Amino acid sequence: MAEYQTHPYDVLVIGAGGSGLRAAIEASAGGATVGLVTKSLLGKAHTVMAEGGIAAAMGNVDERDNWKVHFSDTMRGGQYVNNWRMAELHAKEAPDCVRELEAWGSVFDRTKEGRILQRNFGGHRYPRLVHVGDRTGLEMIRTLQDHGIHQGIEVHMECTMLTLLLDDGRVAGAFGYDRERGRFLLFPAKAVVLATGGIGRAYKITSNSWEYTGDGQSLAYHAGAALIDMEFVQFHPTGMVWPPSVQGILITEAVRGEGGILKNKEGRRFMFDDIPELYRNQTADNEEEGWRYTQGDRNARRPPELLTRDHVARCIMREVKAGRGSPHKGVFLDIAWIKEKLPNAPEHIKRKLPSMYHQFKQLADIDITKEPMEVGPTTHYMMGGIKVDAESQMSTVPGLFAAGECAAGLHGANRLGGNSLSDLLVFGKRAGHHAALFAKSQGSTRVDEQLVDRTANEALVPFERSAGEGPYQIQHELQEMMQHNVGIVRVEHEMELALREIESLKQRAAKVAVYGNREFNNGWHTALDLSNLLTVSEAITRAALERKESRGGHFRDDYHDKNPEYGTFNIMVKQGPDGAMQISRVPIPELPAELKQVIEENK
Amino acid sequence: MAQATFRIWRGDSSGGKFQDYTTDVEEGMVVLDAVLKIQAEQANDLSTRWNCKCGRCGSCSAEINGNPKLMCMTRLNSLPLEKPVMVEPMRTFPPIKDLVTDVSWNFRVKKTIQKFKPRKPDFEDGTWHMVQKDVNRIQEFRKCIECFLCQDVCHVLREHKKFDEFIGPRFLVHTAALEMHPMDTADRTKDLKDKHNVGYCNITTCCRKVCPEEITITENAIIPLKERVVDEYYDPLRKLVMKIIGS
Repeated sequence: MAEYQTHPYDVLVIGAGGSGLRAAIEASAGGATVGLVTKSLLGKAHTVMAEGGIAAAMGNVDERDNWKVHFSDTMRGGQYVNNWRMAELHAKEAPDCVRELEAWGSVFDRTKEGRILQRNFGGHRYPRLVHVGDRTGLEMIRTLQDHGIHQGIEVHMECTMLTLLLDDGRVAGAFGYDRERGRFLLFPAKAVVLATGGIGRAYKITSNSWEYTGDGQSLAYHAGAALIDMEFVQFHPTGMVWPPSVQGILITEAVRGEGGILKNKEGRRFMFDDIPELYRNQTADNEEEGWRYTQGDRNARRPPELLTRDHVARCIMREVKAGRGSPHKGVFLDIAWIKEKLPNAPEHIKRKLPSMYHQFKQLADIDITKEPMEVGPTTHYMMGGIKVDAESQMSTVPGLFAAGECAAGLHGANRLGGNSLSDLLVFGKRAGHHAALFAKSQGSTRVDEQLVDRTANEALVPFERSAGEGPYQIQHELQEMMQHNVGIVRVEHEMELALREIESLKQRAAKVAVYGNREFNNGWHTALDLSNLLTVSEAITRAALERKESRGGHFRDDYHDKNPEYGTFNIMVKQGPDGAMQISRVPIPELPAELKQVIEENK
Repeated sequence: MAQATFRIWRGDSSGGKFQDYTTDVEEGMVVLDAVLKIQAEQANDLSTRWNCKCGRCGSCSAEINGNPKLMCMTRLNSLPLEKPVMVEPMRTFPPIKDLVTDVSWNFRVKKTIQKFKPRKPDFEDGTWHMVQKDVNRIQEFRKCIECFLCQDVCHVLREHKKFDEFIGPRFLVHTAALEMHPMDTADRTKDLKDKHNVGYCNITTCCRKVCPEEITITENAIIPLKERVVDEYYDPLRKLVMKIIGS
């Protein structure tokens, strides 16, 4: 029998970034007892690194903005395979969620009139991103954290969940361990909200920290829930490329929002060379107009640097491949040039982009007010994930909810910058609300003791292997392999190879050895995370093989074009009765006439 | 490829010792890179916290050659590599294992500070009127990433162990951010005097010097809080006036 501590709750929230905290606050407000578990310390989740802002059509800077424009922008950015109901709810509810943050103490940058200031961002027609310099995520997570700790939520820091528990097909809690002491923990719960974020650690070059191993997607999958859109991984166009140790660290899109331009080694602004049809009407056709747009000229159209992330990332890849890249296989991102346009440009840059200034100065010896940065694509965000109901965020498993990055639907094939923070708020709130309602309407559940015992035993087996391969080697090989075979540019035979590699890595992971004791043993933690990484890597690869076209974040070298037929369904991943991964196509419900019209009006 | 030696503290609450690890180093590396490389290649069970790797999350605080720093923002080229680089946990907090310390006290302390209490909204849409110059001051405090390096060097905590009486620079900054928030209506002055003992700070500015976010902790946060306490409780003129008007 495994030894463990038991903490029962009405609602268990797994993950304490923006969506987890928001869900916990809402569930608690709904009268539920709430436990919140987080893999790191409270306030350190990936939300803290979000830089640009929260997209919400408040219309403070440009009164032409409203939910309809935001909805249309989100759908266009997602190449119309989004869950349109989620996109609608998101656009309608984001402004109230921002106001709520202000009421809880957030201090956003201000307009001259004393309102919340909003900035331009890729794919958003009007200045829409509520922000604080380039540290908006910190402001958001700290506000939620400082509000949340007074709401009667019990927080379990540095805990990892190993399995969800089921009772007669319904979710019944989760079982895992605390990382500090290595003790097992059982959380019986009537409802569970997954808010575990992304999968970036499946790739070598990523802006994500060690935590993002696809835990939520994998837990849900093994509990029988459906995943969708797993082929849509966002490679953010601007990560650091030099020095090697900082490769992948994010450079906010706000650099381009503030007037930063992309150039190749010949000094050419290559983004003007390829403007997609879908965006031609909205994109500047000369440099002067682009500059005026970034400075708030309402009659100007956006510069091509502010096209969607998938497109910008591919253009950068094209330049590098054609030998027109920077010395370290990136391109140049230049904000220093604005000194030609603005007096006091260096001070302006430091005030608008303080973290970027700091980051380059300290990590790369580069003064961004004087010289350009070298940038290249980095694995940033997972559009796909757990399939949820738009209204309630419940997955296909009763009582199991998901919100934020680990859930899918809102962003379709490509997420717009700023739509993540608003996603966390809108759907974190909805998930928490509905999880509390669900918990109230249900009787208590039974704990599957056998599963608990089995899970505990399996978790401890690696300690018993005195000799064998360590977890880091396997993890590194997986990351290299995924980067190469299922990265920005995909092709069938490489992905077939990836599937075989994943199989062999699975076998190696099953024999992984760890040493030391159970107290804060990073090697052990890494070994236990491997299975999640392998599950999501397989899901990404199988879904990417199935989508024989290029759309949004998914680019196939063997199918360059978008195929309208593929715009009518999402690709679903589910565990079959035999335990193998199954792929199927789920039709996208037709857009209601009024939403069709909204899109038409905002073309 | 060049090599360097890292003298890392290995141990737990029952004690520990320094152990040397030699590893390859390359251009641009930070201390955290070296620690993670050693962890991956030589000591899988070496314990360390980290997340963002770019100075945003405040997880990888440690003492490097005796200086409290974020490992992710400490470049190797800023250190003398001809001798071993000492890497040890923050010494003010109880050790858990290796570079990981028990910082849970900080999370408990925060709960004892009165929460944000806004006035009624100024606009019908439920928002407030604030201009940039009203919020510049507290935006500085809100840059804090809760790395707790300021707590680590504060001698009231480090030497005198006043964990039950004093909240430390991090939470004085937090209190200042709340007190100076243009929307806030709560009054934390009495708590500052009686419960959180802002008076224990004798403004040696050690905390300000180690802040990776360069928050002017002492001058901009702590001293104004001390002034508020003095104005309210120790101003002789105010005392006299209060006596005369009889309140």
